[in-house]
Amino acid sequence: MDSAIFLDNAATTRTDPDVLETMRPWLDENFGSPATLYTFGSQAKQAIEAARQHVADLIGADPKDIFFTSGATESNNWAIKGVAEALEERGRHIISNQAEHHSILMPLRHLEKKGWEVTYLPVDSDGFVDPDAVAAAVRDDTVLVTMVHANHEIGTIQPIAEIGRVTAEKGVAFHVNAAQTAGHIPISVQELGAGLMSLSAHKFYGPKGVGALYIRRGVRITPLLHGGSQEKKRRAGTHNVPGIVGMGKAAELARANLKAEVDRLSGLRDHIFDWVEKNIDDIRINGHRTRRLPNNVNFSIEGIEGESIMLSLSYPTADGARPVYISTGSACVSGSLEPSHILLALGMPAELAHGSVRISMAKGDNQEDIDYALSQIAAVAERLRSMSPVYKRGNKKCAAGSDPNGCECEAAG
Amino acid sequence: MYTEKVMDHFQNPRNMGEVEDPDGVGEVGNPQCGDVMRITIKVDENEDRIEDVKFKTLGCGAAIATSSMVTELAKGKTLDEAQEISKKVVADALGGLPPQKMHCSNLASDGLRKAIEDYRARHAQ
Repeated sequence: MDSAIFLDNAATTRTDPDVLETMRPWLDENFGSPATLYTFGSQAKQAIEAARQHVADLIGADPKDIFFTSGATESNNWAIKGVAEALEERGRHIISNQAEHHSILMPLRHLEKKGWEVTYLPVDSDGFVDPDAVAAAVRDDTVLVTMVHANHEIGTIQPIAEIGRVTAEKGVAFHVNAAQTAGHIPISVQELGAGLMSLSAHKFYGPKGVGALYIRRGVRITPLLHGGSQEKKRRAGTHNVPGIVGMGKAAELARANLKAEVDRLSGLRDHIFDWVEKNIDDIRINGHRTRRLPNNVNFSIEGIEGESIMLSLSYPTADGARPVYISTGSACVSGSLEPSHILLALGMPAELAHGSVRISMAKGDNQEDIDYALSQIAAVAERLRSMSPVYKRGNKKCAAGSDPNGCECEAAG
Repeated sequence: MYTEKVMDHFQNPRNMGEVEDPDGVGEVGNPQCGDVMRITIKVDENEDRIEDVKFKTLGCGAAIATSSMVTELAKGKTLDEAQEISKKVVADALGGLPPQKMHCSNLASDGLRKAIEDYRARHAQ
């Protein structure tokens, strides 16, 4: 890993050494449960409250409105199922969009099976949801709008404040999944108009297995986990003290470095776009060029497939070559026959989605490493294109001799 | 995820390219699915034997490795023998494939069979 260049930070980040140091005593000698009354436990309670303050500060919230969870997946499930259940009497309609993360789509599908109706708004070719479309989709029985703040794959930052104005005007609860944005761009829950917001620590150099749900006072929601009286009886289970302390530290560090990191990473991001456009033929940038996460780059390389790009980069054959870790929206990685639903939602042809490359940077990355990674990507693209029977051959839908209407993705026989 | 053998064939593919002036061409797959394989063969007419075989493949690691392996298995075989090379034979020769790759990315033997059929069709004329 030491020589490797890790550019898959939208998936997860390396825990900051300072965060790890802060967590250590809570995994070791300070193992007491914050729920107990003796001093040992009350120290843990104080540490949790300090962390809560840091997390609240990161998104401009009141610490009383921060509830610790196991991560963004739990927070998203809780927000969606909890609001749906609390407001069931009022209505059973929810609004979201087609390019959401699975931890939003799957709870929504679960509710659909139980009788809720969900409107999945389309996104445009850059991945944006139209706030007017949200307004038009709101019905008398709409109880929740859930929108991702920035897309994990293409980095597009949604017009959340505009959507927040719509939901405020219509009196509908508004959940924002900020897993990709918290700690990466400035956030104010007030300005965004979010009533609920999901956060995940390991996306901003905190530990895995801890996150938070912001629930503005007055938003009605039932618990997802029932049990003890932790988190004001809203989220049961013994606190993950080391995780929470780590998340607090990560939030504190992220906030301190936010402005400088946004500027630095945006510069690197734009440099990557310029470089690939200049040095690799027939690519297409996915997502908006500037209204996107500072650390996210996504483009498709025509005529080749993503998994083979990813594999070639992570197992370089040349002596002394450094592995480069990136991600792709190819079907081979999604575990199904379909490429990423997010890229397809942009209206992109499947063959381009298969050839997509996502580069997501982290705070330690420097231009030298990035340039090395880019030269490797260009070399891999050239090699795989030399093997490709379709590159530069035009846009043939199916293999020669097969029936274009009957051509299925699963091989016959 | 992949065996060493798959990675070896992926990183050092055998017989990549196109046979010049081929006697048979077989192409399978579909760019929309992310896999296309093109197999070209040169046939020794007297012995009905595959003299040369090459592949070009768009696809994942398994797609490229199976293509490479098929060409290795087919080279020097008679057309009848080469036609018997199945997906399972290819996967076994590579020390196995992940289950989800058995069908979507293991089309090379189909491509080879198509190339042989193409040769026979041309020859029948």
